Amino acid sequence: MKQKTQVADIDRSLYDFRYDEDAADLLASGITPEIIREISEEKGDPEWMRQFRLHSLEIFAKTEMPPWGPPVDGLNLDNIVAYIRPKSRMNTDWNDVPENIKETFERLGIPQAERESLAGVGAQYDSELVYHNVRREVAESGVVYTDLESAMHDPRFAEMIRTHFMKLVPPTDHKFAALHGAVWSGGSFVYVPAGVRLEIPLQSYFRLNAKGAGQFEHTLIIVEDDAYLHFIEGCSAPKYYEAGLHAGCVELYVGKRATLRYSTIENWSKNMYNLNTKRAVVAEGGRIEWVSGSFGSHVSYLYPMSILNGRGAHAEFTGITFAGAGQNLDTGAKIVHNAPETSSHIDTKSISKSGGISTFRSAVTVAEQAVGSRSSVSCESLMLDSISRSDTVPVMDIRTDQADIGHEAKIGRISDDAVFYLMSRGLDEQSARAMIVSGFADNVSKELPLEYAMEMNNLIRLEMTGSTG
Amino acid sequence: MELLRIDRLTAGIEEKELLHGVSMTVGSGETHVLMGPNGAGKSTIGLTVMGSPEYQVTGGRILFEGEDITEESADRRAKRGIFLSFQNPVEIPGLSLSDFLRNALEQISGQRMKLWDFKKQLRAAMDVLQMDAAYADRDLNVGFSGGEKKKAEILQLLMLKPKLAILDETDSGLDVDAVRTVSAGIAAYREQCGGSLLIITHNTKILESLTVDRTHIIADGRITAEGGAELIDEINRSGFEKYTERAI
Repeated sequence: MKQKTQVADIDRSLYDFRYDEDAADLLASGITPEIIREISEEKGDPEWMRQFRLHSLEIFAKTEMPPWGPPVDGLNLDNIVAYIRPKSRMNTDWNDVPENIKETFERLGIPQAERESLAGVGAQYDSELVYHNVRREVAESGVVYTDLESAMHDPRFAEMIRTHFMKLVPPTDHKFAALHGAVWSGGSFVYVPAGVRLEIPLQSYFRLNAKGAGQFEHTLIIVEDDAYLHFIEGCSAPKYYEAGLHAGCVELYVGKRATLRYSTIENWSKNMYNLNTKRAVVAEGGRIEWVSGSFGSHVSYLYPMSILNGRGAHAEFTGITFAGAGQNLDTGAKIVHNAPETSSHIDTKSISKSGGISTFRSAVTVAEQAVGSRSSVSCESLMLDSISRSDTVPVMDIRTDQADIGHEAKIGRISDDAVFYLMSRGLDEQSARAMIVSGFADNVSKELPLEYAMEMNNLIRLEMTGSTG
Repeated sequence: MELLRIDRLTAGIEEKELLHGVSMTVGSGETHVLMGPNGAGKSTIGLTVMGSPEYQVTGGRILFEGEDITEESADRRAKRGIFLSFQNPVEIPGLSLSDFLRNALEQISGQRMKLWDFKKQLRAAMDVLQMDAAYADRDLNVGFSGGEKKKAEILQLLMLKPKLAILDETDSGLDVDAVRTVSAGIAAYREQCGGSLLIITHNTKILESLTVDRTHIIADGRITAEGGAELIDEINRSGFEKYTERAI
C-alpha cells in the first residue's frame, strides 16, 4: 500500500472548494448602526430584536478586545462582511436548494448523513440557513428544529425566544458576544418537550463560503424536564487569504433530569478567527455532555461553560484540540457549581505539531452553597516536535471546604520506543505515528457517533501525513 | 537454506560499542538459542536485527534471505518476515490489540482483510494462549501484567507468521503455568509456519518442548562458543565463567 505524501494545504481539498458569491448580495463592509438596521430590516426582526441589535452594537463599540489569549491583530473588523444573504430562501426539500449550494453540501456528505443516521438536518451557508428537514416521526413527537428567524415569528415560540435569547451569554460578556448580538444571523432553534427522548441525533452544518465574511449563527436549544437530545454541530470553510471571522453563540437550557449531549467537529480553514461562545445551564438532576473536536482555524477562543444550577446536576466535557502550523488554539472548559451535590468532569487532550500552539484553560468555580460537589479535571498534551508549544492554565475557585476537587495534567512527546515497536510489526513510520496520535485522541472518538469518529480519525491522519519524510 | 546471516557486526549506542564483530547464521526452519551473562549484548543483537534506530551499526552486515538489510527500516524488515518479541513491550493507550493486529497484518500482506476472517484467526490464536477474548478489545499492553504482555507478544507472532522469530527473554518473570502456555504458543508457531527461532534466554524451561539445532554463547559483545543442544546442559552445570574468559 502506497502512502500519499501531501503538503498541509492540499490536505484540506475536501473543504477547500468554493463558489463565487454575487457582489450585489454583500452588504457594505464594516459594522455601523446603518448596517445593523439594514440586517434587521432584511430579516423583518420584531421591534425588541432591532433594539437588542442596536444596543449590542453600542456595547461592542465600548468594549475592549479580550485581554487574554492569542493575538487577534490579523482581524480587521472593518473588512469583515457581516451579512451575506444567499440567493435562496429556506427550503425543506433538498431539490429546491440552489445547485452550487447543494453541491457544496453534497461534497461534505450532508444529505447523505441525513439519509443514513440523523433525525434532522439543518445546513447553513454563509449567513442563512438554506436547508432544514426533520423526520416526520420526530416532528410528531413535538420536537421543534428550525431556524431561529422563523421561530422568532412563530407565535408558539416568539415569547420563548425573547426570554431566552442571549440571556445566558449577554452582549456584555465580551466584545465578540456584543458583536454577535448586533449582527447575528441564521442558526438553529431546537425545542424538545418534557419527557421526549430523541434517540437519534439532530445535526446542523455551518459552511462559510464568501471571502472575508463573518458567520454569526445563533444556536438556542431548550430541552425540557426528563427529555434527551443529542445535537451535532459541524463547521467548515474554504481557504482564502483574507481573514474570516466566526463569532457564533450557543445557548443551551437543560431541564430537570434531562440530558443534552452537544457534539462538535470544527474544521474551519486555517485563516479563520474562531471566537465562539457556548454556554449551558443545567437544572436539578440534569446533565450536559460536551464532546468537542477543534482542528481548524488560525486562532480560536473557545471555552464552553456549564452552569450547574440545580441539585445533583452534572457536566461532562470531553475535548481534543489539534494545532498545526500557523495555528494558535486557545481552548478549554468552564464549570460553575452553583448547587449542592453537583458534579463535573473535564477530560481534554491537546496535540501540537509543526510550530502550532495549543493552550488549555479550565476554570472550575464551586460556590459556597455547592456543598458535597465533586469536580475532576484531566488534561494531557502531546507535542509532536520541538518547535510546537503546549500550555495548561487551570484555575479553580472553591468557596466551600465540603467539595472534592481533583486536577491532573500531563505533557509529553511521542516516544521513539512506541514508534519502533509499531514499526517492528510492519507499520511504516507515518502510520505508526498516526496510530499513536489517534489512540491519544481516543477519549473523544469513543464519544462520537461512528461516522464522526471516522471523520476525526481521517483528519488526524491527514494532519499527520506529510509531517515526516 | 540460510535465512539470517550476521556478518562481523559491530554496533552500539552513541559512542559506546556493544557488539564487537558478531557473526552467526540461522538456517530456514532451525531453532537457535542465544545465551550469555547479563549485559553481554544478547538484546542488542535482537534489536539491531529488528532495526531499532537506537542502535547504530558501525561495521559488518545483516543479510536476510541473501539480501543486505543493514540499512533498512524496521517496518521493511517486518514485511520481509522478521519478528522480535520484546522484553518490555510498549503500552499504547487508545489503540486496541485487535485494531493494531489487523492493521499490522494488512500492512504486511499489502491487502485488506475481511473482519470475519480476522476475528476467526484471532480467536484461534488466543485459544492456543488461553487468553481471555476481552483482551482483543483492550488497549495494547496497557495495564497488562508481565505475563499478559508476553502472551500478547506470542499472540502477535502467531498472527503475523514471520519467517524468523527472535524471542528476547520471553520466559523471564513468568510463573510455571505461564511458561507452559507461552511454550505451547511457540510450538504452535513452529507447527503452523515452520519458521526459524532465535531464542534469547536465561532459562531452559522454555526449550524443553523444542529441538534445539544450535547454541551460541555471547560474552562482552563477542560470540565465544557455538555448539549443539549439549552446550545448554554444560552452561546449566558450570555457568558462563569459562566462556567469559575465552572472550578476553
